[in-house]
Amino acid sequence: MRTLVVWCPDWPVVAALAERDLPTHLPAAVFVANAVHSCNGAARGFGIRRGMRRRDAQSRCPELVLLDEVPEREVRAFERVLAALEELRPGVAPLRPGLAALRSPGRFYGGEPEAGAVIAECLVGLGIRDVRIGVADELFTAEQAARRAAVQETLVIPEGGSATFLRTLPLDVLDEPETVSLLRRLGLTSLGDLAGLPAATVRARFGERAAWVHRVVHGGGARPLAARTPPPELTCEIDFEPALDSAETVCFSARQTAERFVAQLGQRQLVCTEVVITVEADGALASERRWLHPRWFSAIDLIDRLHWQLVGSLRVGDIRAAITRVRLTPETVVSEADHADGLWGGTDARVERGVARVQGMLGQEAVVAPVLQGGRSPADRQALVPWGERSVGLRSRGLPWPGSIPAPAPARVFPTPWEAGVLDSAGRSVTVLDRGAMTGEPARFRPGAGEQWQPVAAWAGPWPVDERWWEPGEARRPMLRFQMVGVDGRAWLVTFDGTAWVTEAAYD
Amino acid sequence: MEGGLGSAGGGAGEFARPELESLPGLAQVLRLRAGGSYQVEGHSLALALMAGPSRGGAWCAVVGVPDFGAEAAAELGVVLERTILVPDPGPSWLEATAALVDVASLVLVRPSDRVAEAVAAKMSARLRKRGAALVSLGPWPRAEATARLVTPRWAGLGRGEGHLRSREVVVEVRRGAAPPRRTTLLFPGPDGTPVATTSGPVVLREVAV
Repeated sequence: MRTLVVWCPDWPVVAALAERDLPTHLPAAVFVANAVHSCNGAARGFGIRRGMRRRDAQSRCPELVLLDEVPEREVRAFERVLAALEELRPGVAPLRPGLAALRSPGRFYGGEPEAGAVIAECLVGLGIRDVRIGVADELFTAEQAARRAAVQETLVIPEGGSATFLRTLPLDVLDEPETVSLLRRLGLTSLGDLAGLPAATVRARFGERAAWVHRVVHGGGARPLAARTPPPELTCEIDFEPALDSAETVCFSARQTAERFVAQLGQRQLVCTEVVITVEADGALASERRWLHPRWFSAIDLIDRLHWQLVGSLRVGDIRAAITRVRLTPETVVSEADHADGLWGGTDARVERGVARVQGMLGQEAVVAPVLQGGRSPADRQALVPWGERSVGLRSRGLPWPGSIPAPAPARVFPTPWEAGVLDSAGRSVTVLDRGAMTGEPARFRPGAGEQWQPVAAWAGPWPVDERWWEPGEARRPMLRFQMVGVDGRAWLVTFDGTAWVTEAAYD
Repeated sequence: MEGGLGSAGGGAGEFARPELESLPGLAQVLRLRAGGSYQVEGHSLALALMAGPSRGGAWCAVVGVPDFGAEAAAELGVVLERTILVPDPGPSWLEATAALVDVASLVLVRPSDRVAEAVAAKMSARLRKRGAALVSLGPWPRAEATARLVTPRWAGLGRGEGHLRSREVVVEVRRGAAPPRRTTLLFPGPDGTPVATTSGPVVLREVAV
């Protein structure tokens, strides 16, 4: 079976440059563990080679663009290439990012060189200039041919010509440095020399890989390609003609689309837990929002989210024109089995429905889940996460957090601290200097505007915290926290923030 | 599936599992009953009442308490993963409370305006139907009981040194016109967990104001 291999050299660099919108002629290299993992032609022109240390590479080419290795990025960028190839010829087998094989289209494009030209043209249209194509009887030969083709050219090894072509290749194509070095020391330089040895001896002495190459050179390397199945199209969209301008009509019209969205996922035993809803008005993107669901989205949930998004966007003025299109894109799908209801029913579904009702009443952000995190002030040590969203960016509670207040924690933590007042025995407001020295001992205090002035029965502190000291100006405020108990027995967390007294929390 | 609260109806609808009590000795004076509404003064007492059902697997909701101390709640035993918070419900706090009574076994609410008798009666019917309890951090008409923390005395704090460690406090529960019942607790105790004091009635030291 004739096989065509498409090779995009230096793919990690190409993908990284494309993501950063940098021109491809810049010398660039991807580094792993401080050594060059791959570099492009421009960088090689400066003498940069694979495995070179970063500082050596930079000394040869100071303007070298330094890139980090992100395997996902390489795969993601290559997905585009695979999709383009599938448009031309179904049955594409990705070998690794930057390298794909397909069954040769034969005479469909008028011949193999012409087919290669069509593919090269298509990929150049995607902005990938360095494309090399090889065609041969089987995969190994086709890959070697692609590696020896010129930029945007196709190297065709004629039918039955694999052995002749392979015999001329140096031993390095074995890709096993130890074996190659051993063979060299034995006086063998090309695959032809290796092919001259008896098969059983090669296997016994040089291992599987060499034996396999030996067999290929003798014409026994044909194996079928494992073509990938193109990913299913799960995005659903609906166009409105004429355009609609009210949230209610859009939601009503989108109901069937939402049902289709859920149904086609259901056919694949999938449910969607994260969805992106895109709204286009007058042909332009007007509103795009990502929604998470703690369980999964049903059609009604989707319509709810669409309604909230539309109402919100209409209110703030993101949507100015009439709505022409709504698109639902599944961002995360999981197997239905992960989320199936327990055999005895679940309380959680009931809770979700109740919460959804309150959210419908007050808005998505009105219902929150409390979570704990690390921090120094009581307000920093907790966070409120909108219901159904994942908590991200929480501070670790495992760290020591010097300057935090010892347990017990206050039962009331004011989201906006109260304005407080602390006086010394002479009736002057107490001030705390930078290093914790106080102008007087607290004698009377008032925790908030709604509370009475009262004598201080006991107090402790300060717990000084100088947070964000690296930021100049307003942001820098040394916080000096005190615990104060009034004669009525109630305890408060009172803070001097450099200029004034505030009450942050109450031990009610 | 009502967690720590028993079913409504009869006198049997009380805390079925005393091991879930977060305040020792409190059960003698106050037991939450499914379908009841309670008026509570003192946030830590309200959180402690919430902790029992929450530890028993029930869902709890908190409406109109933007100053909810999550860390204190967790210390008292409230399971935050089963806690729903609606910090600022605005004028529709009553509707939100009613919706959450359907799903949570205990709803802690701070009414933002006066609650009418009729509203309280309606809510009470709903609570009985759903087998939930309501704890109000403000005046609530026809509350089954009113509990408050009186004469707190904090220990561990000096004049500029130490930190708050434990609090000796009297829980006072009034039911209708009956004389109030009291119990004395160390809440929190010296090691953080509440302890019932064995001593008799607390003799309060007068402090000159």
